[in-house]
Amino acid sequence: MSKGVLATDKRGIRELGAEEKVGWDEVTQGVTLNSFVGESENAAFLKAEERNYNDFNSYTATVASWRIIKPVYNRDICIDCQNCWVWCPDTSIISRDKQMLGIDYDHCKGCGVCVEVCPTNPKSLLMFGEAEETEAALASWPEKKKKEK
Amino acid sequence: MAITSIKNLKEFSTNNDRFEGAHLLCPGCAHSMIVRELMNCTDDNLVLASNTGCLEVSTAVYPYTSWDTSWIHIGFENAATAASCAESMYKARKRKGTLKDPDAPVKFVAFGGDGSTYDIGFQWLSGAMERGHDFTYICLDNENYANTGGQRSSATPVGAHTTTAQAGSVSYGKKQKKKDIVAIMAAHGAPYVAQLAPNKWKSMAKGFQKALETEGPCFINTVSACTTEWKFDPKDTINITDLATDTLMFPIYEIIDGHELNILYRPKNVLKVEDYLGAQGRYRHLFKPENKHVIERIQKDIDEKWELLQRREEARI
Repeated sequence: MSKGVLATDKRGIRELGAEEKVGWDEVTQGVTLNSFVGESENAAFLKAEERNYNDFNSYTATVASWRIIKPVYNRDICIDCQNCWVWCPDTSIISRDKQMLGIDYDHCKGCGVCVEVCPTNPKSLLMFGEAEETEAALASWPEKKKKEK
Repeated sequence: MAITSIKNLKEFSTNNDRFEGAHLLCPGCAHSMIVRELMNCTDDNLVLASNTGCLEVSTAVYPYTSWDTSWIHIGFENAATAASCAESMYKARKRKGTLKDPDAPVKFVAFGGDGSTYDIGFQWLSGAMERGHDFTYICLDNENYANTGGQRSSATPVGAHTTTAQAGSVSYGKKQKKKDIVAIMAAHGAPYVAQLAPNKWKSMAKGFQKALETEGPCFINTVSACTTEWKFDPKDTINITDLATDTLMFPIYEIIDGHELNILYRPKNVLKVEDYLGAQGRYRHLFKPENKHVIERIQKDIDEKWELLQRREEARI
């Protein structure tokens, strides 16, 4: 288990493992949580898959249980406009080299903002029930809508 | 200064996010949209500080942190102080030559909600602006104390229902006007002050980059639609923000050096304020016949404010 939390208590500064949690009474001056294992670099130059995440980074956690509906992504219709990427509140749109690759279902909370901002016709992202299979959802994709005059 | 390209969204999207998912903000919260955009605007090292508020309590839930940069959690009121002191210490250590990598560019940013900016941290913010530190303060304005259950703050607009300014048979919600924080900060003589909105991502990114580039204390007020307390569907965050900017409830403008005002977005069709009010549950009571005068007052205030902004822009003073 990686270490990284520095806790200051009555015994002085010491390093804790992820499994060892300190209570509020023990922490008297401050806690440092390290996002990465070892020497931290500027993460702006590293893609998510190249980073050495620590157990304390929320990237390693999941909020998938918050969802009751999920967005399903249809690659065939997508025009890579990246509207969903810029407005996703949960950093859950995986976009690499100007292309959208998919949705990070570990961090998506199912808010539906990406579907609202999708400009294609029909939309290349749609909300489906959490239990629905992706193949079944893609098979039931709606046809192109004609413009209403 | 490593500014990232914001020519179009495709180029902007090649940036690597430094704000991680699985934070505990509500689904559809605009806070994280704004924070992500700020952190994607630059490749520099960032030192961030947060006032207590939704952003702070939901991005650092022990044992997790959602930040891939240095981030300081401090008291309710003093993120401005923390950021400015970090900046002073950085300068001092640079002068003494005790920094490990003295050439690495570093930017200092403080975040605060509207409660900690308009009310509780106002004195600290004002002090930091006056001392002239090289940092940027970003207010995530969701117009109430959303973290503690939606109490009124001095950012709450006229007529809004909050848990401490309730609408009912006696009252129509908050009766007082919203504080004009942008004008107050401009009056400090800050080199760059702006009001921006996340739905206009490009003007927001431009504003953030300008603020980070400018030497001296910069202040940015951003509109952050709150699904929980404004009472709308999480998926409508951007639609509501669109309405806010198109009805001119939140005009987007910047003030340079305390006097030069530029309007950054002029809606093609200015919508009536009823469209914005009707889309949110917190204004529902205003559509009763006895509260018609409140809507008229809000519309009148908006028109006057827009007229003032346009006049000031034309005057070029």
